[in-house]
Amino acid sequence: MAQIFHPFTNALSRASLVLALVLLLAVLVFAFKLYRSPYLTWAGVLLEQPVAFSHQHHVGGLGIDCRYCHASVERSAFAGMPSTKTCMSCHSQVWSDSPALEPVRDSWRSGRALEWVRVHNLPDYAYFDHSIHVKRGVGCVSCHGRVDEMPWTFRAKSLQMGWCLDCHRNPSPALRPQPAVFQMGWKPTGSPEERQVREWFSRHHDALALTNCTVCHR
Amino acid sequence: MPPLTIDEWPEGWPTDLSRRDFLKWSGASLALALLSACRQPLEKIIPYGQEPENLVAGKPLSFATALAQGRSACGVLVTSHMGRPTRIDGNPRHPDSLGAADIFTQAEILNLYDPDRSQVVLEAGQPSHWQTFAAAWTRVLSGLRNGEGLRILTGAVISPSLGDQLSRILKRYPGARWHQYEPVASDAPQEGSLLAFGRRLLPRYRLREAEIIVSLDSDFLGSGPGRLAYAREFASRRRPERGQPMSRLYVAEGTPSITGSMADHHLPASQLQIEAMARQIAWACGARCARLPLEEPARRWAAAAAADLKRSRGRGLLAVGEFQPPMVHALAHAVNHALGNAGSTVEYLPPPDFRPESHARSMGTLARDMGAGRVSALVTVDCNPAYAAPADLDFPGLYRRLPFRVHAGHYADETAAISHWHLPLAHPLESWGDLRASDGTVTLCQPLIAPLYEGKSASELLSALFDENPRSGYELLRARWRHRPSFERFWLESLSEGVVAGTRYSPQRVEPRRTLAERLEPVSQAGYELLLRPDPTVLDGRHANNGWLQELPKPQTTLTWDNAALISPLTARTLEVENGDLLELRFRGRLLEAPAWVLANQAERSVTLHLGYGRRAGGKTAAGLGVDAYALRQGAEPWGGSGLELAKRSGRRALAATQGHHSMEGRRHVRAATLAQFKARPDFARQTEPGPAAEESLYPRWEPGEYAWGMTVNLNSCIGCSACVIACQAENNSPVVGKQEVLRGREMHWLRVDRYVEEHPPRMLHQPVPCMHCENAPCELVCPVGATVHSQEGLNEMVYNRCVGTRYCSNNCPYKVRRFNFFQYADLKTESLKMLRNPEVSVRERGVMEKCTYCVQRISAARIAAKKEGRRIRDGEVVTACQAACPAEAIVFGDLRDAQSRLSGQKADPLNYDLLASLGTRPRTSYLARLTNPAPELAS
Amino acid sequence: MNRPWIGPEHTYASVTDKISAIVLTEKAPRAWLWGFGVSLLLLSMLVAATVYLFAAGIGVWGVNVPVSWGFAIINFVWWIGIGHAGTLISAILLLLRQKWRTSINRFAEAMTLFAVVCAALFPVLHLGRPDKFYWLIPYPSTMGVWPQFRSPLIWDFFAISTYGTVSLLFWYVGLIPDLATLRDGARRPWASKVYGFLAMGWRGSARHWHRYETAYLLLAGLATALVVSVHSIVSLDFAASLLPGWHTTIFPPYFVSGAIYSGFAMVLTLAIPLRAYYGLEAFITERHLNNMANVMLATGLIVAYGYLMEHFMSWYGENAYEHAVTINRMRGPYAPAYWALLLFNVIIPQSLWWRRVRASPWALLAVSLSVNLGMWLERFVIVITSLHRDFLVSSWGMYYPTRWDWATFLGSLGLFFTAMFLFIRFLPVISVSETRELLSEPGASRS
Repeated sequence: MAQIFHPFTNALSRASLVLALVLLLAVLVFAFKLYRSPYLTWAGVLLEQPVAFSHQHHVGGLGIDCRYCHASVERSAFAGMPSTKTCMSCHSQVWSDSPALEPVRDSWRSGRALEWVRVHNLPDYAYFDHSIHVKRGVGCVSCHGRVDEMPWTFRAKSLQMGWCLDCHRNPSPALRPQPAVFQMGWKPTGSPEERQVREWFSRHHDALALTNCTVCHR
Repeated sequence: MPPLTIDEWPEGWPTDLSRRDFLKWSGASLALALLSACRQPLEKIIPYGQEPENLVAGKPLSFATALAQGRSACGVLVTSHMGRPTRIDGNPRHPDSLGAADIFTQAEILNLYDPDRSQVVLEAGQPSHWQTFAAAWTRVLSGLRNGEGLRILTGAVISPSLGDQLSRILKRYPGARWHQYEPVASDAPQEGSLLAFGRRLLPRYRLREAEIIVSLDSDFLGSGPGRLAYAREFASRRRPERGQPMSRLYVAEGTPSITGSMADHHLPASQLQIEAMARQIAWACGARCARLPLEEPARRWAAAAAADLKRSRGRGLLAVGEFQPPMVHALAHAVNHALGNAGSTVEYLPPPDFRPESHARSMGTLARDMGAGRVSALVTVDCNPAYAAPADLDFPGLYRRLPFRVHAGHYADETAAISHWHLPLAHPLESWGDLRASDGTVTLCQPLIAPLYEGKSASELLSALFDENPRSGYELLRARWRHRPSFERFWLESLSEGVVAGTRYSPQRVEPRRTLAERLEPVSQAGYELLLRPDPTVLDGRHANNGWLQELPKPQTTLTWDNAALISPLTARTLEVENGDLLELRFRGRLLEAPAWVLANQAERSVTLHLGYGRRAGGKTAAGLGVDAYALRQGAEPWGGSGLELAKRSGRRALAATQGHHSMEGRRHVRAATLAQFKARPDFARQTEPGPAAEESLYPRWEPGEYAWGMTVNLNSCIGCSACVIACQAENNSPVVGKQEVLRGREMHWLRVDRYVEEHPPRMLHQPVPCMHCENAPCELVCPVGATVHSQEGLNEMVYNRCVGTRYCSNNCPYKVRRFNFFQYADLKTESLKMLRNPEVSVRERGVMEKCTYCVQRISAARIAAKKEGRRIRDGEVVTACQAACPAEAIVFGDLRDAQSRLSGQKADPLNYDLLASLGTRPRTSYLARLTNPAPELAS
Repeated sequence: MNRPWIGPEHTYASVTDKISAIVLTEKAPRAWLWGFGVSLLLLSMLVAATVYLFAAGIGVWGVNVPVSWGFAIINFVWWIGIGHAGTLISAILLLLRQKWRTSINRFAEAMTLFAVVCAALFPVLHLGRPDKFYWLIPYPSTMGVWPQFRSPLIWDFFAISTYGTVSLLFWYVGLIPDLATLRDGARRPWASKVYGFLAMGWRGSARHWHRYETAYLLLAGLATALVVSVHSIVSLDFAASLLPGWHTTIFPPYFVSGAIYSGFAMVLTLAIPLRAYYGLEAFITERHLNNMANVMLATGLIVAYGYLMEHFMSWYGENAYEHAVTINRMRGPYAPAYWALLLFNVIIPQSLWWRRVRASPWALLAVSLSVNLGMWLERFVIVITSLHRDFLVSSWGMYYPTRWDWATFLGSLGLFFTAMFLFIRFLPVISVSETRELLSEPGASRS
């Protein structure tokens, strides 16, 4: 009776066993990477904005404090977005006729609000409170990155739950003394007040409570 | 044998997915599934052009105002998120609220965002404009010589400014007349005081003073303006374990009420018996009056009550229900004076009405004049006579004949349907105004939000109709109070306080007439007796389009979305009917078919029918539910009477009750004892079902944290009014599921009020059941994805966004407090409802479990505030929604770690017991057992 | 008595021809087409019901609170149970050197496989958010959280997936020599190519046989443990809860025996028509049927004992809630289901004491059908009656299945039989190689 398969098939079938295994692993790795990739997290992705606003210029260059525009950051869950009025308080004098700022002036005239594209966006079931993080000594940079070096603002971190938990499971390293919270280029110095902040935390706060689901989800 | 299959599709509100577009949906859901794996969609963030002052973005604000339900006003504090009013709480400074809020007041927030609310001017049902109407109106008005033939019909007016406006109008148009008609506010109390004192006065009880309370069909805890205050005062006399002497409550009534369920001696009695008992008691207390024959057990009951009243002169109280005839009220006044109760346990105040009068007569006059052709133009403001007028007046028939018919209301209702013009009224939360509480205290009402639609407030409307240059509600109100000294300060204070200082009425000194002029009608107890009553959740029908109130189980029957003919078990046996079987009611020659509902403690031959259903218009939700009891209503006997014929009809109607089983099966979920038994064994409740001795668990206990949250519900104070249920629904964005889904046992209330009926003694027991937050929570062990877990603070947390919907936790919850989104119940489509939602709580999607969280969002807020100030959360800083709403302060929430906390005190109470303790779940929510104080005469 | 396990008239060649003929015949027989058609119809119903379920939500089923598990879980347990007979026959009987297994093990294993597929369907369908089912799998997620390993449902997940995998391997390995036989017997070139591919170059050399035997034995060892473990774990879904009627230690043993009980019932339900239609009486002899009947009788008695113990305990334990559940089962709204279950599962099978019943295939078929039904009812009674009236009287409720519950249930039968018919058509329903071994048995064929 005639052969139905070429002898080479044997080699092939053996190889295919190995290949199948490799392929499986490849798929898993790909999925793992994909779900952490900028494509899904938007981390480092530049977004189209109505006005070419540069944090680098305002924060890095002019050294304007975060709180000048994000006024409610210490009082409310919501850090606050500057109203057109806030922009105009300077830009009615400075760059008052620059074409780049036309949308702002238009909004001021018409009373129609500017529509920014949201850079840092959490799902609706995640409740983040700026005020308490700031009060506890978490620096703006920890989540928003060095905005003073961002000509065009982008999401610095993945904002994925795993990333939040990294800090909530062990907050101390991320904590700064109050004055340093709004500083951009601050580096840990090992100063006594710095140590104090961290010790205070480990003393007064059972970190376990920080990982209760309802701390963020309700 | 149960049927092998039933129709699965919820026809009810709000799920409106038809089988037809199911392919479309399958496509959609498939896309959704893919999306969920795909990247997060981009969103806009939109700052103000110019921030409003004193608003911190993301922080809620609270404003004081007041809301009216018919003749009663309730002062409220309204929470506003970024300009959106989201919830209504009571105003502690308001005499008729004391910080609590009833179901109707709280549910007004849903009415505000109701998509069915009337939005534009309608001319003969077609959309039109205010200008067009104004033109038509001026033509008509100029046609009437000094207002001849012009009539204005309103509900009860308890607003001083609106009243002034009306009287100004009447002065200007002498020919015009103003009529009032409030369908479910009874005239009898005022008529009664006319008989007794020759003045229109209303009694106000002071229950803190009362040791013996005898109620003849008076539901003072469940209805009427003072009820919230009364509930609190009553509860204060029901804590014997705190050493205070315990009050004793007698209740005789035709149909079980909230007050009846709190009675130490409850007696189901017909209308006739009640009058007879009133005369018996009055006579026994020395008032001169004729008596009616009285048989057992009523006679013994009345004798005991009278004896008790006499024994405690000046500390007793005889209360009479508003649906009793004036004579019975008069008798009560006589008794209370004879026993010196007047001035101590009861005082007399002028009614809050701007122009007190008999609404029945006022409506009758209007109807007569309409019939006689003396009416050429009728303006109806916030009143729905075409639906709610007594059937024998044939209002719609007369109305149709009028040359010019204008209706202003919140809904395009039955009256609007047969009017030339319908004008949209603005919601109270959109309008300026003022309201007078039952003790005279006035509240200035401020708007929380600009009108969402084209509505005007009643005063704006009247101004637009009759002033040359119409003024805004703001101007009108300020003008009314302008006379106050240092006005601007007065204005700001009154608005922020929610009450106008110095407007409270002072008690009137009155003497009853020596002899009560009275005539006795020939007594005839023929056949059955019909009792027409306002519905416990939709009142006269004004709330028929409110999903929350429709789905709120009625306190006595747990019925939702329907009314029914409530009959006694005896009647049920004689007619051989069961729940849902259709009955034919024939009363004064009028016919009505209604489904039967058998109710324990209903007077044997009395049949109760609730008004407010059978709406033919007035919103998608309202129309077509239940039966229209107004069809049997007579102008002369607005609350029914004897001579009802009852017959069984073929066919049945499915009635959606949330509780199918009303006996406790000897399981003692609610534990009760008499005062004597309690004194003998103070911890009887705990001994009934002891928990397991030691900690018996394979798993390590979670580590205790900074706080240990817990709750107690005092069953001695709880009157079962369900205010907590609505409060919870409003706070936690709980959806409404519709009648079909309730029938399937899928209601979504996080907090439910269980009812149990006991035969001996015959009584109803209420038990609010939220999540127990067990320390050994059975639900947590079985969740495969850890969507329900324990927090360091002892909360049993439910994480919606982690839940995959195995529903194992619900199976394993012995208290069955978990609720599952079998469909997409939360309405994500309707725009206006999006504004209603509490932004602090996630809106749940299809396929996830949910349950009571102890209002964890409030705990978080308090914790953050405390941490920022570097302190612990103070006792009483966290108040759960249900606790805030409770008029009787039956619910206490707090921290067990704090030995000084109010909660710790409650937990130490001898009456404190855990539900199903033997299971070893160690619930954090516990109950204080119920105590009764029976009279020695009747103890047997 | 020592009748042979295989008809006297058969030789190596005849066995091969007889069995492979079923597969290699040109045209599909009419009856097969009918059966296949009907099953396919039911299967499409399952597909429709599933699409509708995903579109509209779990609410289209009858589940509610308090009864939040319904048909889905009943069917799941029922199918898993049925699977067990296959594993028992192929694994345990192999280890016990029970020769009679050979003529039934092949399609018993196939049955197991398809039953597991049907079973595995339901836990996913019954999720509120089926698209999130993979959260039960432990994997490093971006959420930084893991499944909750204390939950019996997680144990379930592992049990089922293991069971599925092992059953598949076992079945396939067993098939290899026969696939080779088919390859050689196939007339059409493409057929021989397909069979050849699946045969993985089997040449029947001594070395092949040696390896094959070892592998097969090892797998049998693995599978043996599963026969006991899988349904024990499934039973823990109930036993680990605190519901009266579920929270009992007797569940694991009596679920396992129940599983084997229902499994054998299903084997008979399949075997009897099959042998009649394809004239395989010579291979699946009355003696086979007799043995299986005996197994059923034995396991059936264990199940009956289980029921008895449940009742005894609820009485002896003096737990009011347990007691109430027992009473409710016998007198409550679902009492008919309970009494029917006793009839079908306990009373009727007692007829197997009589040799006449065991000897007559059609009577046997009737009994096994009754047991299939009875076992389904058992799961209905366990799931529904415990849930609908538990601790708090106020929360008592009722459960009514909807048309979609039924559609999904019948649909799963469609899936099962579709697969079964395809198997009958395209693979040898009886192991050729092993049957041939029988012929070489000294005691077996009279020489």
